[in-house]
Amino acid sequence: MNRYFREISVTAALGLVLLAMAVFAPGFFQPQPLLSLVTREAPTLVVACGMALVIISRQIDISVGSQFSVCSICAGVLAARGWPLAVVGPAAAALGALLGAFNGVLVAGLRLPSIVVTLATMVMLRQGLNLVQQGAFVNLPDRVQWFGLSQAAGQWTLVGAALVLLVIFGLAMRQLATGRWVYAVGTDDEAARLAGIRPQLVTFLVFVLMGLLAGVAATMNIVQSPQVQPAVGSGLELKVIAAVVVGGVAISGGRGNVWGAFAGLLLLACVSPALTHLHVEAYWEKTIQGAIILLAVVADGLRQRKRGEGQA
Amino acid sequence: MRQTTSAPLLRLEGIKKNYGAVRALQGVDFELQAGEVHALLGENGAGKSTLINLITGARRPDAGTLTLAGRPLPGLDPAAARALGIACVHQQPALFAELSVAENIGLRLEAGGAWRRVDWPRREARAAELLQRIGAEFPASRTVRELSMPEQQLVEIACALGVGARIVIMDEPTSSLTRREQEQLYGIVRGLRAAGTGVIYISHRLEEIFALADRVTVLRDGVSVGTHAVAAVTEPELIRLMVGREVSQLYPPAESAPGAAVLELRGVGCRAAGMHGVSCTVHAGEVFGLAGLVGAGRTELARTLFGLTPADAGEILLHGRRIHPRSPPEAVALGIAYVPEDRRRHGIVLEMPVAHNLTMAVHPRLFPGAWLRFGAEQALARESLRDLAVKCPGPDALGGSLSGGNQQKVSLARWLATRPKLLILDEPTQGVDVGAKSEIHRIIRRLARDGLAVIMISSDLPEVLGMSDRIGVMRGGTLAAVLPGKSDPHTVMAAALGQSS
Repeated sequence: MNRYFREISVTAALGLVLLAMAVFAPGFFQPQPLLSLVTREAPTLVVACGMALVIISRQIDISVGSQFSVCSICAGVLAARGWPLAVVGPAAAALGALLGAFNGVLVAGLRLPSIVVTLATMVMLRQGLNLVQQGAFVNLPDRVQWFGLSQAAGQWTLVGAALVLLVIFGLAMRQLATGRWVYAVGTDDEAARLAGIRPQLVTFLVFVLMGLLAGVAATMNIVQSPQVQPAVGSGLELKVIAAVVVGGVAISGGRGNVWGAFAGLLLLACVSPALTHLHVEAYWEKTIQGAIILLAVVADGLRQRKRGEGQA
Repeated sequence: MRQTTSAPLLRLEGIKKNYGAVRALQGVDFELQAGEVHALLGENGAGKSTLINLITGARRPDAGTLTLAGRPLPGLDPAAARALGIACVHQQPALFAELSVAENIGLRLEAGGAWRRVDWPRREARAAELLQRIGAEFPASRTVRELSMPEQQLVEIACALGVGARIVIMDEPTSSLTRREQEQLYGIVRGLRAAGTGVIYISHRLEEIFALADRVTVLRDGVSVGTHAVAAVTEPELIRLMVGREVSQLYPPAESAPGAAVLELRGVGCRAAGMHGVSCTVHAGEVFGLAGLVGAGRTELARTLFGLTPADAGEILLHGRRIHPRSPPEAVALGIAYVPEDRRRHGIVLEMPVAHNLTMAVHPRLFPGAWLRFGAEQALARESLRDLAVKCPGPDALGGSLSGGNQQKVSLARWLATRPKLLILDEPTQGVDVGAKSEIHRIIRRLARDGLAVIMISSDLPEVLGMSDRIGVMRGGTLAAVLPGKSDPHTVMAAALGQSS
């Protein structure tokens, strides 16, 4: 079977949904709502790129939602104090990288299971934020919104930035030796180590990158609204993990790419507006998203079984 | 030994089995008498595993009949096979790693429903008794995870004994055993035979078949090409039957005189790895064989030289310069290559294409500036595949789709691509069929001729004796003796066991 079967099938599914919308609810394709939808998902896409790397390296990071919240609030506070966005953005990214490095040290350095480590940091960061912020919103100065540009220009900037990052990661994972290392470590870290790769360093860097991208995404998020709530980004981890898995990244590591994660994210994101346009009750949204995730996992399972039989 | 008067214990006639388009068995006849050790011989892919799967009921034949003591067995499944007294000791023991030996044996042997109470003292007593019968030296309370591979195989054998099996199938039981453990195993097999059990014995090692078996059946390309009494057949005849061609020389001769010293060890030790005081010199153009029992420190020495467990005592000199590799990347940069023991786990990545596997150790050289260059990668892969005559559809085939011998060649090719000065091979032909084995031997010899210093770790004594220019024997974590090549096997074994010869 084709190596990119999963990526192709997700893209095909997305194409079918869009085609169905074009036939049954052409109202879906009004440019302004569609641009808003894509803009809202732009920060998610950035986080999903990082998550794809984490899962390909056979780890998981469920603290990304909390990282995203902490970075958002900190960026908001700095912006409210009058720091220019050109400084706030990199500062948020650096803070995210630091949070990611903390996870990375524990997972790669001490070889602790990432699901437990990031569960702990997820709770700690979230509660720490609640403690400091006491649920208070951070009001942002007007110049922050849409980078001080018009709304349309701001939206295009965000979408463009997310796509540029996607292309960078897509190319890097295929074209850079470092990308190959991530796959090797995710498939078999001992084999990678014996081949002269440093699995712990690779894992550490993947977590740092994940945090950095969460910081970047936080900046891309705060410019979209006049205030930042502390609850921002809760549940984000599940959303991106779902997108990545639907997009064909194997939860067992070593397989998949960011393009698939992109298609998976779009597929999940267009469920809600599609239902609205088809006049279906919104309650169906989560059910359908869940079904899509299940379908993806079943497809992976069948594929694995088929391969197992082929080897017997 | 042969009871030709009674019906055979097991008879297979005209067995055929296809997996999709692959015709695994195309008409196999085989029979096993009670109280007989019947060896099954064949290259990898000849159909031995398929045949075992049919006898244990794991798969069903497409055509042909299985008869057990005169009774036909249509639709045999694993539970029925067990009930009929067919037990199999698999090459890779299928045990529960987190449970104790007694619990593992209990799970296999104890009958009863889900709600029965476990009689712990009885379970442990039975396990202890079985372990004692096979001469195992570990307690039944030991967790399986803590056992070595040979010890785990002993547990499997204990299970087969425990069910009182009429037919015991042993699939390459000695592939990871040392000489002493082999002798122990031979004793067990002979005991089974004396008790009237039929033993189907699968091995790549011809010496074992001659030491142990009464008859031998050779499979080639899914067809049984002959059954012979072991006493009436010679080693070259068997090899010819297996490969269908004459393998003129099992071991290629040394052709070149060793050159300058490449590696010099002075009292090298590593406390964490349990290795100490290793001193020796390995020259360019030399195959330095490392013999010894499993656990004697051979792999530990290799891992220390490769920087996996850095040395904490003594000096390592490479081309006269002191080195101290602390990690594999450092060792690679110094020109040391290590082809690890367990190729399926560590040698190559089965899920990755061959080309990716081949270049994995040479990224810094092949891809300066970190950008992958697919053209260069493909070119290197094609060259390596051709150079080592790897049978594979192309550089994009997945590692897992190759046969064992070809996987080993890919693993070797990966390290040759690093252009090493010192090549360490750990069990280079373990579980590899005879044809591929002699090809790998020729490659090793050619590399030595081209001036590489080769350290070859092997538990296969004929291989060590046949391939090595000099033989280092390790015992108890240190190098006990350095013997000349073509030494007497008894001398090597004596050194490995610590007896004065």
